[in-house]
Amino acid sequence: MYPSHSRYTKDHEWVEPKGDIAVVGITDYAQNHLGDVVYIDLPAIGKVLDIHATIGSIESVKAVSEIFSPVSGEVVEVNSHLNNAPEVINQDPHGKGWICKLKMKNKADLDVLMTAGDYEKYLEGLEG
Amino acid sequence: MSYIALSDKDKKEMLERIGVASIEELYGCLPDELKLGRRLRVPEAKSEPELERSFDALAARNTYPRFLSFLGAGVYRHFIPATVDYLSARSEFVTPYTPYQPEVSQGTLQIIFEYQTLVCQLTGMDISNASLYDGAMAAAEGVLMAQRLNSRNKVLVARSLHPQYRETIKTYTRNLGLVIEEVGFGDCGGLKSAELEAKLGPDVCGIIVQSPNFFGVVEDVAKVVDIAHRHQALAIVAVAEAVSLGILESPGRFGADIVCGEAQSFGLAPGFGGPFLGFMACKKEHLRQLPGRLTGQTKDVDGRRGFVLTLSTREQHIRREKATSNICTNQAWCALRATIFLETLGHDGLREMAVQNLQKAAYAAETLAKVKGVRLKFSGRFFNEFVLELPKNAQAVLDALKAKGLLGGLALERYYPELRQDVLLNVTEAHPKDDIDKLAVALREVLR
Repeated sequence: MYPSHSRYTKDHEWVEPKGDIAVVGITDYAQNHLGDVVYIDLPAIGKVLDIHATIGSIESVKAVSEIFSPVSGEVVEVNSHLNNAPEVINQDPHGKGWICKLKMKNKADLDVLMTAGDYEKYLEGLEG
Repeated sequence: MSYIALSDKDKKEMLERIGVASIEELYGCLPDELKLGRRLRVPEAKSEPELERSFDALAARNTYPRFLSFLGAGVYRHFIPATVDYLSARSEFVTPYTPYQPEVSQGTLQIIFEYQTLVCQLTGMDISNASLYDGAMAAAEGVLMAQRLNSRNKVLVARSLHPQYRETIKTYTRNLGLVIEEVGFGDCGGLKSAELEAKLGPDVCGIIVQSPNFFGVVEDVAKVVDIAHRHQALAIVAVAEAVSLGILESPGRFGADIVCGEAQSFGLAPGFGGPFLGFMACKKEHLRQLPGRLTGQTKDVDGRRGFVLTLSTREQHIRREKATSNICTNQAWCALRATIFLETLGHDGLREMAVQNLQKAAYAAETLAKVKGVRLKFSGRFFNEFVLELPKNAQAVLDALKAKGLLGGLALERYYPELRQDVLLNVTEAHPKDDIDKLAVALREVLR
């Protein structure tokens, strides 16, 4: 069960709104398919991102994937703990494995994203 | 691995197996207008004695060994211990390539790992890649790396950086929108630090400086690094004469972020067109942006030491267009020679070689500057190269010396139009004192 207070993208990012702030991470499905995460390239604080802009990249033993911004906004905080412990993304992708916090430019960006229920149905489609 | 060409019989069998009558039929699907329509212009096959004669004739066109040479400028003549030729000629090692199935070639990977270790020790850096093609490429990759690391769009290049390195940087960055600005040199021959300070700003990703620089002058690397870092720019230090690392403080100790350069001096004879050996090293925190291959040490399932290619996610075969570079290999055989060279000389041997270079160049500069009308151009401290200002056009003097069997150095006018009367000379441990005295005598005669 995916947390119901978050919204989801087709690229397997989650975003949890907290007032003006959006916390962003990758989903359990994403970490599971990447395998052991060995490195994450975090964005610089102050970086301004459009929807779907590249936040950074995430690297597992044999692959690299980009992380895309689910909403538009400015990076206000990054989870620098991941620099030393990238495996937290595998262990707790929806909690301690959060990647960055954005100050949202337009909260309406959230409306087009999937709810937990939508995302679970979307995953069923992928598995099928 | 031996290479044996296909015999006519092999070809016939292969064609039969796939059900095609001839090579022409095999390529029959190609449109006629793309076909050459004639045989390739390749010389006829030669017998072994004919082949030897034609190679002898080709080799005889190389006049370099007939001259007493003081040419340097990025290519240096040094002693090469016999172990280097002997070991590097072993067939197991004779490949210029990183193996595509790397882990089956443990010996090759171990050599690369040792090479990387030596480069780190000499440069004072944390991580070295498995080598690049040459120093000019390494300098260009250094600039690209700095730009990736802090996303700024201007790079400062010391005008005392090797002119061909500067040219290569321009070629590599031509389509990237990167602005290149040069920083001049002063009376000492070193970078003008006030000009550097003035040109640095929030748009500058890094500064690349060479030490010893193109004129042989040892730059104040600590100062350059300090100025760069105060502006959050990266300091890239290029080393074109690797033997200098045997005696000079390592760029890493001065705080350099990236060190790149040329290691031809380590066991590679000066050849027309190479081969050369580019090296590149960086601080650990910049590892993800380092281009090229990396060998790492690990343990197998039984706990035995083994070597692997590692951190390949930076590279093109995995990262595609977002890779750090389009290099997918290294200069393995040249790196092997450098490794054998350094392991034969050892710490003390390399230092001894560097000391001899320093002393002989100092003697040569002192002796030649005593010739009437000749003076040392720059006041800065130098390693094994220095610039002499002559009383007349440098090229004319060099031509007269050549007629006497001497290659008296490089006329700098070609690269620095304002230096019309200046010549760059190189003296290494391979020059006995007599050679230096001979040059002084000849120069005196030519200028009389």
